[in-house]
Amino acid sequence: MSKTLAFEEPIVKLREKIDELEEFTSTNEVDLSDEIGKLKTRLSNLETEIYSNMEPWDRVQVARHPERPTTKDYIAELFEDFMELHGDRSFGDDAAIIGGIGFFESMPVTVIGHQRGKDTKENVKRNFGMPHPEGYRKALRLMKQAEKFGRPIICFIDTKGAYPGKAAEERGQSEAIARNLIEMAGLKVPVVSIVIGEGGSGGALALGVANHIHMLEHSTYSVISPEGAASILWKDASLSKQAAEAMKITAPHLKEMGIIDEIIPEVLGGAHRDPKAQAVEMRKVLKSSLDSLCEMDVNAIIDDRYNKFRNIGVFSE
Amino acid sequence: MIRELFTKKKQAITIPSADAKNDVPEGIMTKCPDCKQIILTKDLIKTAKVCPKCDHHFKMTAWERVECLFDENTFESMDDHLKSENPLKFPSYTEKIASDSEKTGLNEAVLTGIGKIGGNEVAVAIMDSHFRMGSMGSVVGEKITRAIEAATDKSIPVIIFSASGGARMQEGVLSLMQMAKTSVALQRHADKGLLYISVMTYPTTGGVSASFASVGDINLAEPKALIGFAGRRVIEQTVREKLPDNFQTAEFLLDHGQLDAVIDRRELTETLSKLVGLHVREVK
Repeated sequence: MSKTLAFEEPIVKLREKIDELEEFTSTNEVDLSDEIGKLKTRLSNLETEIYSNMEPWDRVQVARHPERPTTKDYIAELFEDFMELHGDRSFGDDAAIIGGIGFFESMPVTVIGHQRGKDTKENVKRNFGMPHPEGYRKALRLMKQAEKFGRPIICFIDTKGAYPGKAAEERGQSEAIARNLIEMAGLKVPVVSIVIGEGGSGGALALGVANHIHMLEHSTYSVISPEGAASILWKDASLSKQAAEAMKITAPHLKEMGIIDEIIPEVLGGAHRDPKAQAVEMRKVLKSSLDSLCEMDVNAIIDDRYNKFRNIGVFSE
Repeated sequence: MIRELFTKKKQAITIPSADAKNDVPEGIMTKCPDCKQIILTKDLIKTAKVCPKCDHHFKMTAWERVECLFDENTFESMDDHLKSENPLKFPSYTEKIASDSEKTGLNEAVLTGIGKIGGNEVAVAIMDSHFRMGSMGSVVGEKITRAIEAATDKSIPVIIFSASGGARMQEGVLSLMQMAKTSVALQRHADKGLLYISVMTYPTTGGVSASFASVGDINLAEPKALIGFAGRRVIEQTVREKLPDNFQTAEFLLDHGQLDAVIDRRELTETLSKLVGLHVREVK
């Protein structure tokens, strides 16, 4: 059983009760199958009700679930003959961003994504998915390589944000992010970005200047974490639940604002419940994105990306 | 209309300093926050608001920069009519915008337009940190994007003066996306082989630092300007060590290869004029 989130408590309690009754019937000569059947129906109703009425803060919890599938999990499900490529060719290899080449539906593609760990050891290695400048520079190197060989680029966004460290500043993390934005704008190949967990600020956007942006149903995309927003706006990090609400960071909100293209439905309870089934849903959306983008010529691809971002903003004249 | 704005600017020049002693009439004298020297405000204006004793660069308003920068009467502002909305319905956001607008005489945290420097036409975007800390929301992103597009259309250089705390929190992810919007516009400008000079002033941080400010063909900064992505306190908490005093200053960035030069403000106009002149292409 995976980690329970606060809003899931009623489901867990009911399930425990059912288990108890089943245990009881197996050791005693009493037939409770009627009762158990009823409870099971109630459980499935309750699950549907709870999971289809999730608050923004509940989604944040699902997006941060330790077992939520990562870039590597989706790569294993979606691409054949994948080979990881390392290094930025000037400083090092940042394990917080991975990338490589492989086949998607028999088409060669470049895949890049933030990579966090699922346990402490891996999280230390991958810096909790928070990149240093060389991560963005590796990503850019692989994007330019994809452009050279005419391969579409698929980016998975899954980071709390850029790493707020001394070395990251010294090595120019502002420039590294900014360079990706401007270079991605001009890429001659289709780019599709999918937010699979948390999409935090500049560190996320550095893989996000795409023709199509999709979000998993319970992922988030924001200028700052709910905790950060709460401490800046109200000087109180404990108001993060309210901030998650106010900042409009969930997939439905971003869809409403016209920033993302598709919401990829998640399996009931979140992607971590069934990563394979989740990958199947993702494959459908990715395929339809690439099918439409691969028909465009180079200028149309660049113009399409330009127009997408050119039109974002709310103001009056 | 332009004359009107210039009159307004003269009021804005008085530096409201809380430290100023009560017996000194407001605005006549200004105290340097660095060396504590008391300077006649009208003398300070003659030195482009740089302290004559210790070279401290005072904050400037966007219109003060315009006056220092352009050949006389050549600057025309654009998009002064754009108005911010309150897309996330943040309480009191609309009022804050209105009050900063009143205070600065600007419609938002950036002034854009076209003028001549050393006889050559350039488009500029000058951010003003007196307006919501120069933070970038939809209008700031839109104005900068339009200034870049105007430069692209006219095949002229663009110069952006950054002075910003970063993204505008009250506009959420829309403000994050302004980083991408200005970038796609800059990419088109660059694609035409045109010059972009970024001038980083105090402060250039967060999302502004991580987008247009850092990718000039030439990156300049004013002395001691604060430039960086993450905030100093956040970094200190993360790495659990005290950072050097000069961390995230212009000089620090120059040492780390992020800038082409640090330029004293009194020489900035001449430097820009020379750089623009070096990139003039003969029109057939």
